[in-house]
Amino acid sequence: MAEPTDAGARDGVTAEDPVVICDDVHVEYSTLATGKKATASSVGGLLNRGRSLQTVHALKGVSFVANANESIGIIGTNGSGKSTLMRTITGLTPATRGAVYAKSRPNLLGIGAALLNDLSGSRNIILGGLALGMTRTEIEEKYDDIVEFTGLREFIDMPMRTYSSGMTARLKFGIATAKHHEILIVDEALSVGDREFQKRSEARIREIREAAGTVFLVSHSMRSIKDTCNRTIWIEKGELRADGETDAVVEEYVKHK
Amino acid sequence: MSKSSELAEKAERFGLARVGARPPLPTYLKQVWERRDFTLSLARYRIQSENERNRLGMAWVLLRPSFQALVYGTVFGFIMTGASRPDNFVSFLVIGVFSLEFFNSSMNGGAKAIISNTSLVQSLPFPRMVLPVAKVLENLMNFMPTLALMFILAIIFGSRPDWSWFLFIPLVLLFTIFNLGIAFIFSRLTVHFRDLSQLIPFVSRMIFYTSGVFFDPSRLLEGRPPIFAAIYDWHPLHNVLSIARGILLEDHEMPVEYWFNFSVWAVVMVSVGTVFFWKAEERYGRAN
Repeated sequence: MAEPTDAGARDGVTAEDPVVICDDVHVEYSTLATGKKATASSVGGLLNRGRSLQTVHALKGVSFVANANESIGIIGTNGSGKSTLMRTITGLTPATRGAVYAKSRPNLLGIGAALLNDLSGSRNIILGGLALGMTRTEIEEKYDDIVEFTGLREFIDMPMRTYSSGMTARLKFGIATAKHHEILIVDEALSVGDREFQKRSEARIREIREAAGTVFLVSHSMRSIKDTCNRTIWIEKGELRADGETDAVVEEYVKHK
Repeated sequence: MSKSSELAEKAERFGLARVGARPPLPTYLKQVWERRDFTLSLARYRIQSENERNRLGMAWVLLRPSFQALVYGTVFGFIMTGASRPDNFVSFLVIGVFSLEFFNSSMNGGAKAIISNTSLVQSLPFPRMVLPVAKVLENLMNFMPTLALMFILAIIFGSRPDWSWFLFIPLVLLFTIFNLGIAFIFSRLTVHFRDLSQLIPFVSRMIFYTSGVFFDPSRLLEGRPPIFAAIYDWHPLHNVLSIARGILLEDHEMPVEYWFNFSVWAVVMVSVGTVFFWKAEERYGRAN
């Protein structure tokens, strides 16, 4: 795991201090011709062998350099490859060709898949924290903060399957944001829960963004991109369409639409 | 691999490492070890969550193999009469069924360790070996109470406990190592060939029926070419069952050379399995 470096030490560096480099990244998926993703259930069985596998070229050679302390917005229409790019940067979806280099492992803000529905909220906090790579003592230290933040104290010993979808989302968000991130990727669908919790989560994100060295924000909301990003990358059909000052790129993007 | 461009050079100049690159084996194993808390919690919490919704809860850990033994006992107790039935049939059968359960669940669970956790693999970075290890640990934890039940049943049906029963500690250790190797191999294989998960029940049944769960292979081997006996001497699960029965049952002798044979199996399986699994580390997140 990455050792936490002192963010302040980087301020002295002026010209370039790359933390993430995407070098001609290509990602290809194989899909069944039916248009369904080739999952466990649809690919099993010899009958499917007859169907042709189609290759979807999700990213077609994306290159850019992200420097320390930049907030980079990622925009593009649905299915343009934004999420694929982010998953490739974290190393979760391997690049078919090309490579991503990073100073420390970039983290995607998300935790859902590690949690177990039949377990209580408090056990899920421990499991989720461990899945994120925190140590037991770290989790114990932050446990009360997390519970406090989610506002689920009276339900924390009940199984997660009894939670409403909003409560589950709050729990997941609380766990995911408890860890310190050096390079952080935030995917749009963050506005979870009621308005009051939305405000709290936005504040939390801001805190994290300030603590983190470099942030990628994937969003459809031009307002939040403009509010938070000093640089924006526009991905269209798997290609890098524009990369530069947020205002200029957003303007171009809006005109295009 | 990548188009060697200035970007790659730049990455090197600033000391940036390729994301998702497979670390060398020693580093990888160290990373797996560092995640031991996660691995253990995953195993423990999965057992809990699996049994949470049943009214009898954890009791099913004991009830499942007991019912299984009961079914086999009834069926084969009727079919096999007189000479073909091994001495001390109940204990003989219980040792077979309970021990094989640990192996079978490790092979089946290992086969699903990656493919049924795709979303977890795609959303969080950690050495993927954690998943099959957690599965085998989970099975080991489930095996412990059945082991205790096995001892109790053996005593009820006439065995006298003595110091040699402590030999179960090295036996279970070797068995776990062997199962880890099996789980590593199958968890990678099913990633490449999903269809394999359809075949595994047949493989495990084949192993179940050949390993001598409810019969004594040595009797069947009488009068056959010696090659069969040689093969059986290296049947890993027959090794385990023979050793276990030799320890627990008064009228069964423990074949000492099986300790050697099975140790060889365990070491070979876990080494081959580890390298085989690690080689494909970068492959596990991919969508198809």
